[in-house]
Amino acid sequence: MFTYDFMQHAFAAAGIVSVVSGLIGFFLVLRAQTFAGHALSHVGFAGATGAVLFGIPPLWGLITLTLCAGVGMGLLGERLYQRDVAIGIVLAMSLGLGLLFLNFFTAYATQATALLFGNILGIDDTTVWTLLALGIAAIAALAAIARPLLFASLQPELAEAKGVSLRLVSVLFLAITALGVAECAQIVGVLLVFALMVGPPAAAQRLTARFWPGILLSALLALAEAWLGLMLAYATDWPASFWITALSGAIYLLATMGMRSLR
Amino acid sequence: MNAVELSGATVAFGDRTVLAGVDLAIRDNEFIGVLGANGVGKTTLMRAILGLLPLQHGTIRVLGAPVARGNPAVGYMPQTRAALDHVRLTGWDFVASGAAGHHWGLPLLNRTTRRDVEWALERVAATDLAHRPLAETSGGERQRLLLAQALLGRPRLLLLDEPLISLDPHHQAVVVTLTRALQQELGIAVLFSAHELNPLLGALDRVLYLGHGQAALGTVDEVITGPVLSRLYGSDIDVVRVNGRIFVMSGGHDVERDAHQHDHHVHV
Repeated sequence: MFTYDFMQHAFAAAGIVSVVSGLIGFFLVLRAQTFAGHALSHVGFAGATGAVLFGIPPLWGLITLTLCAGVGMGLLGERLYQRDVAIGIVLAMSLGLGLLFLNFFTAYATQATALLFGNILGIDDTTVWTLLALGIAAIAALAAIARPLLFASLQPELAEAKGVSLRLVSVLFLAITALGVAECAQIVGVLLVFALMVGPPAAAQRLTARFWPGILLSALLALAEAWLGLMLAYATDWPASFWITALSGAIYLLATMGMRSLR
Repeated sequence: MNAVELSGATVAFGDRTVLAGVDLAIRDNEFIGVLGANGVGKTTLMRAILGLLPLQHGTIRVLGAPVARGNPAVGYMPQTRAALDHVRLTGWDFVASGAAGHHWGLPLLNRTTRRDVEWALERVAATDLAHRPLAETSGGERQRLLLAQALLGRPRLLLLDEPLISLDPHHQAVVVTLTRALQQELGIAVLFSAHELNPLLGALDRVLYLGHGQAALGTVDEVITGPVLSRLYGSDIDVVRVNGRIFVMSGGHDVERDAHQHDHHVHV
């Protein structure tokens, strides 16, 4: 399996991205902002297809637009809180815009599938290194803001009174989330970002109520799901994204039912 | 030294003036019940004392210094949010997130902060229940955890925003008794806002009643009177005492209870 270059790249990329997703996703679930994360990935689709149109690598278009959208959502802050309708409309518009861009570039019909559902076996050397650099940047930034982020997520009014800038923390976190989403889309595609960013942290929060074990387990589960998904894809020749989403769902269900039966 | 000192303080929330040129002084060892109809500005007053709202006129001094956001000597317990029902982290992690939570970096606790968290949990007898996920605590248990979080850093002034909300009478009494005991043991000032006066009777030193941009501060006998409350509500108020309980009535309605249950016309 590892004699093939593309499999080595796939394992490296999946390893980097899943750990990043598991860590960021833990806060996303804690803050009940998963829908915002989902919307960011759809905005990324318009960015990626737009980039293809202008001859720029799709990853950069994806990152640029998700970052802008993340910062924008963070700045709107409170006003966007629980605005599912507004987020939903932006989400649909972005997907529509992405479709329009694709329409101008009919030569790349497979490009759409790759963006929407991921193309992990098509990752090259350069992309792996890019993902690694972006991943390190995202984790470093998350580590820098983790303390006020946790405080602001659990007790916003008190955090504000103690001197935390809720808006700054929110903008920085959504910018980090945007980076994570852009990375994640490379593996499982923009539509299935939830599989790595929400499934593992949600399962981890079912399995442990402690912060540190929880966030580390979240990263570990994401890593296990991504690598196991790749192996199953290799063995069955079914899409890796399918296996990763299936494992993510199964582990969340097991975690929920397992904890319930223990009580 | 006074814990809180307002001089000619005018505070607005949006385009509504909550306090108009109010002077008052709260001593550093008093338990103050903050009362007034729903939406009268009890939360706004606390946010002003926390330095989160700019004053339009006048000054506020807190523990002898000009009001400043992030003052470590001020503890704060915001109103409970429904979102906490879904937090799966333990009470311990929840409380600890407030320990120096405004610093950048990883949420790692050193020995001093860990001890501070344990000290605060012991004060409210929540050491054992802190091992459970927050989502699985009862209303009364959660209020104790929130109180512990407010005690982090050993504040000399404690602002508690509606700690009795959605608690049954038994748990209301537990929270009031606990807060009074803490206030006396630690020798600190407490501002405790509530919809109703009765649960606080016996625990409080003085009452701060808000209404119509005005504030009346004094003992229960001084403040809870027809003339004073009529001025604050802007309508005729009768005060009825039954078996040691006090009811504030407007045209036959219990004002405090009405304001709590639905938007009544005397709502200020």
